[in-house]
Amino acid sequence: MLDGIKAFLDILSKPQISFTLIIFIFPFVIPPTMWFEKWHRKLGLHLLWTRKGGLYMFAFITIILLLGFFDENFGKILGKPDNVPIIILIYSVFFFLWLSMSSAYKNDERMARGEKVEEDYGPDEKVLVWPDLVYIEMIALILMTVFLLVWSIGLPAPLEEAANPSLSPNPAKAPWYFLGLQEMLVYFDPWLAGVIFPTLIIVGLMALPYVDDNPKASGYYSFANRRASIFIFLFGFLTLWVFLIVVGTFFRGPNWNFFGPFEEWSVAKVVPLTNVNLSEYVWVKMLRIGLPSHPLVREVVGIVIVVLYFGLPPVILARGKLRGLVERLGATRYALVIFLALSMMALPIKMYLRWTINLKYIIAIPESFFNI
Amino acid sequence: MADKKKTGLLASIGDSQIWKSIFRTGVPVTRRQRMMGVLNSVFLHLHPVRLPKHAVKLKYTWCMGGLSFFLFLVLTISGILLMFYYRPTVEYAYTDIMDLSEQVPLGIMREIHRWGAHAMVIAVWLHMFRVFMTGSYKPPREFNWAVGVIMLFLTLLLSFTGYLLPWDQLAIWAITVGANMARATPFLGHEGPGASLLAIGDINLVSMTSDIRFALLGGRFVGEGALLRFYVLHCVGLPFIIAILMAVHFWRVRKDGGISTPV
Ligand code: HEM
Repeated sequence: MLDGIKAFLDILSKPQISFTLIIFIFPFVIPPTMWFEKWHRKLGLHLLWTRKGGLYMFAFITIILLLGFFDENFGKILGKPDNVPIIILIYSVFFFLWLSMSSAYKNDERMARGEKVEEDYGPDEKVLVWPDLVYIEMIALILMTVFLLVWSIGLPAPLEEAANPSLSPNPAKAPWYFLGLQEMLVYFDPWLAGVIFPTLIIVGLMALPYVDDNPKASGYYSFANRRASIFIFLFGFLTLWVFLIVVGTFFRGPNWNFFGPFEEWSVAKVVPLTNVNLSEYVWVKMLRIGLPSHPLVREVVGIVIVVLYFGLPPVILARGKLRGLVERLGATRYALVIFLALSMMALPIKMYLRWTINLKYIIAIPESFFNI
Repeated sequence: MADKKKTGLLASIGDSQIWKSIFRTGVPVTRRQRMMGVLNSVFLHLHPVRLPKHAVKLKYTWCMGGLSFFLFLVLTISGILLMFYYRPTVEYAYTDIMDLSEQVPLGIMREIHRWGAHAMVIAVWLHMFRVFMTGSYKPPREFNWAVGVIMLFLTLLLSFTGYLLPWDQLAIWAITVGANMARATPFLGHEGPGASLLAIGDINLVSMTSDIRFALLGGRFVGEGALLRFYVLHCVGLPFIIAILMAVHFWRVRKDGGISTPV
């Protein structure tokens, strides 16, 4: 029975399956439009943000982690001192997601009833920093100190063998907070996964206040009147960042191969590399004339696809669905938003191309390290 | 003398010349004393004197900004203590770390520093999460959000540069994985797209010994040069920058109207 569950969870964790499930379920949990909102309510998913829903989520995570701790293989990974922060991260992200969403739903209901939001005490209701804030800060500070002391006494910081430049461990993992980026390396070359994407994340985050022109809902939790922006932010934060960190930490073993959490990390596991470039698909498999020698000719299909991917949707959407957005933001900011959104979606798209047709590169110009 | 006023010990301390010279007001009991106490203290004066009621609620701010700052202070102090024992050379780094846990009495400074660093990364992410969920990045706080994003990036860099210092297998290989990405930086890395365009005649400007990875590591691989560079960045360079940005950040929280309030 237990083994059955573990085997099932192993299969479920495969990125192909878990990521697909998450993408599919996500808009029903955090509904970006009224259509999803309708199903969100019908399926009862709004109950996640009630006390009971929170308890269920807490219990669910705890059961899986307990199952892990008592498992020989998963236990080894979970027990690594440097993985403790990820467990804290998982709990705290879920807890604060729950806290903010339930506050938001409560406020939405209040506003629907025409009442003031919970945070609104009126302009005259003020408290003194001494003592009201200073005490809270002091308690938070003491609790944090105790927490750190217990953690530090209980768990010695790891120290492995002395550095040896000629003996590389397998797998060689980056620190946990960069594992999302390392996981992207499976699908993109380092210049994208390690340089361009991090840059776009930083630029995108900094640009956020300048492109989200919805003035509503500042200074209180709320979901109903900013559902689209919350959806986009949480999709990026939870699935493309936190989830990929979890994958990189728990599901990637030797040679960066996938291992279910309950599977043993065996160096011997061989995953055949059968990835094919788009140009080979086109010139060799479809046209059967072999690869042209000039890189630009060889990669012309991929180049056209990439250019169209970034060029076409902005124009089409500007005339159709997103016309209002263009008018509100102006051309430049609109273009920036769409470019960032398309770049973000490029990651899942490339993942699926890899999983379905073993696509290696859309554009492959290794001569100048330009592979997409 | 003694029966001038019915007072407890606390109040008589508060009335003493020493106390008054430091805090200027007595023990903060009256409303006025409490307000003056905050105003007179350089530390408490980071805060306004009065706040809207929701702004002190844990449920609203999660105290995550404050905890990020507190963890930064903990890291600074424990880091300074670590610097007493640690020498950033290939010869000594590893053994110094070893001695730290084996020879130094009550040696949990390394643990405090390492786990505190992890906790700070998480706290900063959660702080950003809460600022987003309360819509607090909206005008007039756009700039402060941007300052925050840079501090988030610096927090990760601080953590990353510190990761190398123990000079064990975990350290150099994690940094090798990370630094190898720099090699692929467009134009600036020797295996980055466009790097070959930067050439004068036959001479490549961007080569293995002149690209951005070389600048980061002070060498062609993670060795003596990298250790020193990461040490200097970790102990001086990055904390210096982030401290300045924190000053800007806190100043702007006040100047942008304090903690965001429903409008
Ligand atoms: C190094 C890390 C950081 C420290 C020490 C820090 C500290 C603080 C503190 C103490 C506050 C006061 C309110 C609160 O505690 O929530 C605050 C507010 C704020 N922080 Fe940060 N912060 C950091 C990083 C960030 C990041 C990463 C962002 C966003 C990307 C950010 C954006 C903001 C904004 C917009 C406010 C104003 C919030 C409001 O008015 O409600 N900060 N920060």
